[in-house]
Amino acid sequence: MTAPPVELLYWDGCPSHPEALADLRAALAELGRGDLEVAVRRIDDDAAAEAEGFIGSPTIRVAGTDAFPPPHDEPPGLACRVYRLADGRFSPTPDPGELRAALARLLR
Amino acid sequence: MPLALTDTVPEFTLPDTDGQPVPLIDADAPATVVVFTCNHCPYALAWHERINALVRDYADRGVRVLQVNPNDAERHPRDSLDAMRARVARGEFAGPYLHDESQAVARAFGAQTTPDVFVVGPDGRVVYRGAPDADHGDPSLDAAWVREALEDVLAGRPVARAETQPVGCSVKWRP
Repeated sequence: MTAPPVELLYWDGCPSHPEALADLRAALAELGRGDLEVAVRRIDDDAAAEAEGFIGSPTIRVAGTDAFPPPHDEPPGLACRVYRLADGRFSPTPDPGELRAALARLLR
Repeated sequence: MPLALTDTVPEFTLPDTDGQPVPLIDADAPATVVVFTCNHCPYALAWHERINALVRDYADRGVRVLQVNPNDAERHPRDSLDAMRARVARGEFAGPYLHDESQAVARAFGAQTTPDVFVVGPDGRVVYRGAPDADHGDPSLDAAWVREALEDVLAGRPVARAETQPVGCSVKWRP
């Protein structure tokens, strides 16, 4: 069985992707899936954002599904994504516990 | 050329969300804090309440704290004037929220990110530039770097930590 592709899409105008990538790899390791490759892809311009349906950096997908599905009206574009931590604070990266839960669900 | 530390801030006036002109510099103020910020950057939002606390904590000492949105709303509609007005109407700002539609002020300051903080002393010179504090994720830091700069300015001392690296979303410049 082929492993589902795990992707991290980012834009350079947002400095959060190194932390997001570290959190993503840590979450995969905690789930016993540290063997999975993470494809890291940079989105450079509006056209690429539009083509990818990229709504902001960082975006984490498993088999093409966003780990944190955005509202349907979220426009694609070069921006930083706004996440909320479990305690409600704003954050440029997903809550690590919620990331782990989302990955566990998507990797089942 | 963007402003450097010790440069004098040019005279600028920007409209608030009601269209009222607000001068950036007031010669009677002992210090002015100019914070380039916006509506939809997670770093700006994470630091926002710490900036609001600055507004409240230094008001009785005459310090002005001006938050300025410089982002291109054409390509980033969430940074539009209407979206700014909505936030102000919800009571999210303890002080003025100004619109730098032409981006002239952000360019003059050399703003790089939201947030990007500049403290201007009583002589109109930039005495601090950088991040509010060392970690957007730690509210207990309480915009300490800006507070330190303000305490130095208000005491008539040179600012000990005059420059730090601004951290946040890049300013959304017009094409």
